[in-house]
Amino acid sequence: MRWQPAEVSAVHAETQSARTLTLRVEGWAGHLPGQHVDVRLTAADGYTATRSYSISSAPAEGELEITVDEVRGGEVSPYLVRDAAPGDAVEVRGPLGGWFVWSPDSIRPLQLVAGGSGIAPLMSMLRARAAAGSTAPARLLYSVRRPGAAIFAAELERLAAPGSGLEVTYAYTRAVPPGWPRPAGRVDARLLAEAAWPADRSPDVYVCGPTGFVETAADLLVAAGHSATDVRTERFGPTGSTS
Amino acid sequence: MTDSFSTSLPAPDGSAPDGTATVPEPAFLDGNAAAGPLRELFTVDLTAAVGTCASCGDAGPLGGVRLFTQAPGLVGRCPGCEDVLFTLVRSERDTYLSMKGFTTLRFPTAG
Repeated sequence: MRWQPAEVSAVHAETQSARTLTLRVEGWAGHLPGQHVDVRLTAADGYTATRSYSISSAPAEGELEITVDEVRGGEVSPYLVRDAAPGDAVEVRGPLGGWFVWSPDSIRPLQLVAGGSGIAPLMSMLRARAAAGSTAPARLLYSVRRPGAAIFAAELERLAAPGSGLEVTYAYTRAVPPGWPRPAGRVDARLLAEAAWPADRSPDVYVCGPTGFVETAADLLVAAGHSATDVRTERFGPTGSTS
Repeated sequence: MTDSFSTSLPAPDGSAPDGTATVPEPAFLDGNAAAGPLRELFTVDLTAAVGTCASCGDAGPLGGVRLFTQAPGLVGRCPGCEDVLFTLVRSERDTYLSMKGFTTLRFPTAG
């Protein structure tokens, strides 16, 4: 698979630290929800840096969106979040990965668990689910530090409208909104039992986030009876190399 | 070592960016993250292929192995027994792929 030229065609601020970039790629045939692309930047002196980013948009021909959270001191994400502008050229390789993917044809319940910017590939799944008119009942458990840090919050609210078959539950780890019923805290067994599909519904399970978050969530899911082979994970390192 | 498999590496001394010492943590990603470099070599996606570990006999998709990137190249380890399944190292001139930790890789037959 070759590197292809891509042009930044639009940028959109999501939160204080996260931004979505639309990349136009000639001949791009779309992707499967959950897939990622490798993005390569080349400096004037020929130095290159490559990172993997999940695709957050619904599958579309000719373009894709990546949603990038800035990693302080990072080499690539500060450029993508702060400096990249429409018209800029990058290279992409993809779409990549045939394992961490969800098919809108699946009729099994869908369980998504996101930590921070790990929402990106799961958002592609939810957008594809809505676009396809899928009736697979879906639940999203989304862990963020504080209310303003949630990416796609407004769109998730629309997607989870009554009758949509989608339920969204937030876990706030540092600060909760006024009147929130639970104290700030990490995803634990009790919250999973309340907000996630039980194992006997045999859901398709996708977990994406920082390594530690994914590790904890996947262990809790397996402890709750989910088969380890049904729990698909996508970790990104402490430096955010794979989101 | 060229850049192509690089990720954001921690400081060489293992310290955190703020200078505090950290206990080296076996940070790893999922086999998913090797999809791009492997697609440079193979015409089909390998991350959905099911591999059987030569050491412990566990079988699972390549996308689910433990992928260590803080090495000269990529190292995939079995989630069951931690033995090395594959390594992928690239120099300016050549690429070295070892898959000696797999007894088999199973792909859907293209039809």
